[in-house]
Amino acid sequence: MSFFHIAALLPLNTLGHYIHWRWIDISVANFVVIVLMIVTFIGALLAPFPGRRRRKEQQ
Amino acid sequence: MSTDIDRQWTTRLRRRALKLLPPEKIMPDTQPTYVSSWIYVFGVTTMAALAVVIASGCLLALRGPQWWHTSSVGLFVNSLHLWSVEIFFFAMVIHLWGKYFMAAWRGGRALTWITGVVTFVVSVATAFTGYLSQSNFDSQWISTQAKDGINATGGGAYWNVLNMGQMLMWHIVLLPLAVVALVALHVLLVRIKGVVPPFEEPAKIRVGQ
Repeated sequence: MSFFHIAALLPLNTLGHYIHWRWIDISVANFVVIVLMIVTFIGALLAPFPGRRRRKEQQ
Repeated sequence: MSTDIDRQWTTRLRRRALKLLPPEKIMPDTQPTYVSSWIYVFGVTTMAALAVVIASGCLLALRGPQWWHTSSVGLFVNSLHLWSVEIFFFAMVIHLWGKYFMAAWRGGRALTWITGVVTFVVSVATAFTGYLSQSNFDSQWISTQAKDGINATGGGAYWNVLNMGQMLMWHIVLLPLAVVALVALHVLLVRIKGVVPPFEEPAKIRVGQ
């Protein structure tokens, strides 16, 4: 399977999809990235950091 | 009594630099417990992505637009350049959000915060000139749309987004130099001032205290 066959699985040569809500006008791709960033940010705050408890006990 | 060597600007500069940033401070063996946070991992991810951005950008500069638009390796390196920029901004914004809610400018760290924010703004300009330097219909569309916005600010007389040569030079020389210098300054300031402690700790805490 060539590079172009793999690329064809995800067609990027079509018109973009947009979300319209009142004055907000955003592409689906940008919206997905923003949602992913918010999810990652919350994850970064809540996920336990490896070895943190051990370091705290050592101090 | 000071000798001629003591008065040399190189001697004075070295002594001043060593006083400000002794080796144990510039590369500390330990950090306070509160530095064990994913927010700083995103700061380091930003720098790692920047290294890939610069390396892939150097490869693109070596071979030129025909290569990155037509050959499979060129397309791959072009995509690597784009996606490392995506990761750069993704990680940078998460790091910035985290530092904002930690009020990272506390305890005399205003300049650390400011260099971070200015790096973000300069990076946006670098990415923008990158879009203009693609040499395809996308860059034509973006430049013709952006010229009206830039002209409305009066900046168009000095910074012409339709001038491909000027935008390419800004993208591959001036702005990357500024980003790297700002990131280096930001990291040095983190080393000098230390990472901001949590709200319950005194804000003046520095590395090694």
